[in-house]
Amino acid sequence: MDASGIHERLVARFGSRIAGCDLKARDPWVAVEAAAVEEIARYLRDDPELAFDALSNLTGVDWKVENRLEVVYHLYSYRHRHSLVLRVSVPREAPQVPSVEGVWKAANWLEREAYDLLGIEFAGHPDLRRLLMPEDWVGHPLRKDFVEPDEYHGISTRRESLLR
Amino acid sequence: MSLLNSVPEMVLTTKADQFLNWTRKSSVWWMLFGLACCAIEMMQTQGPRADVDRFGTAPRAGPRQSDLMIVAGTLTLKMALRTKVLYEQMPEPRYVISMGSCANCGGLFQLAYSVCDGVDKVIPVDVYVPGCPPRPEALTEGILKLQEKIMKEKWLVTKSAPAASAA
Repeated sequence: MDASGIHERLVARFGSRIAGCDLKARDPWVAVEAAAVEEIARYLRDDPELAFDALSNLTGVDWKVENRLEVVYHLYSYRHRHSLVLRVSVPREAPQVPSVEGVWKAANWLEREAYDLLGIEFAGHPDLRRLLMPEDWVGHPLRKDFVEPDEYHGISTRRESLLR
Repeated sequence: MSLLNSVPEMVLTTKADQFLNWTRKSSVWWMLFGLACCAIEMMQTQGPRADVDRFGTAPRAGPRQSDLMIVAGTLTLKMALRTKVLYEQMPEPRYVISMGSCANCGGLFQLAYSVCDGVDKVIPVDVYVPGCPPRPEALTEGILKLQEKIMKEKWLVTKSAPAASAA
């Protein structure tokens, strides 16, 4: 099924909870409401004509000027060989997104990574801990307003570089 | 060491310090500490072509059996704390070779928020091997330089002044 067909099915079922789309893009994307993402994910996986059985990637974006954080889901169907990108926007002050860990197990570590680096909280995630940074790290380093600490456990992070 | 040919049984004479150093430099056991792509070159150094075994070195899997730590790769801040613990677990005398640009100064990644720019910020380093990554020949040279350094160590004779005169 092509992207417009998938979009039509989504709009027919979820109506106003589909917030926008660009079906001409190289990776066609559909923006959806944050609160509905788990329900939509489950539908995309379980509908036999869509059958998105794989979550290829889950990443986050910090749109600081627009004061929002975004979660991007790259989906793929091995059965039908079609793909789709889901985008979810949340305000920077309260970045809460329902977890899709119950839909695709692959989301477990990917959501932990997004939480670690961008501070997006995935409600319903069974084990939301930092994945890459040390457990006692302060802040989320991929946020645009992240301020690097001067030292970490006595190790200076001042770089003697001409680039700074 | 010198050979006394005048004695019929062929005797070797040496100083105690030198003998101690000679035994130590001839069995530098190094800890496997591959952190990134430098580890691939470190494996080659240990392999049959470069073969550092011929200098008496051997790779060990744990810090408690090792004399030398070859830090091969990018050191993150998270790993830096663990590096310090591992270094403290090594029995003295212990040595450190910093292998490659990343371990020397952070290299390509030195501006990254998660990277410790230089292993010498955490533990003392004896020999720096430049390169990105260094070829096996370069690491072999580093090990030979370390052996030269070990031969110059003084263990039994201390050069420091007596405590009475210092006070």
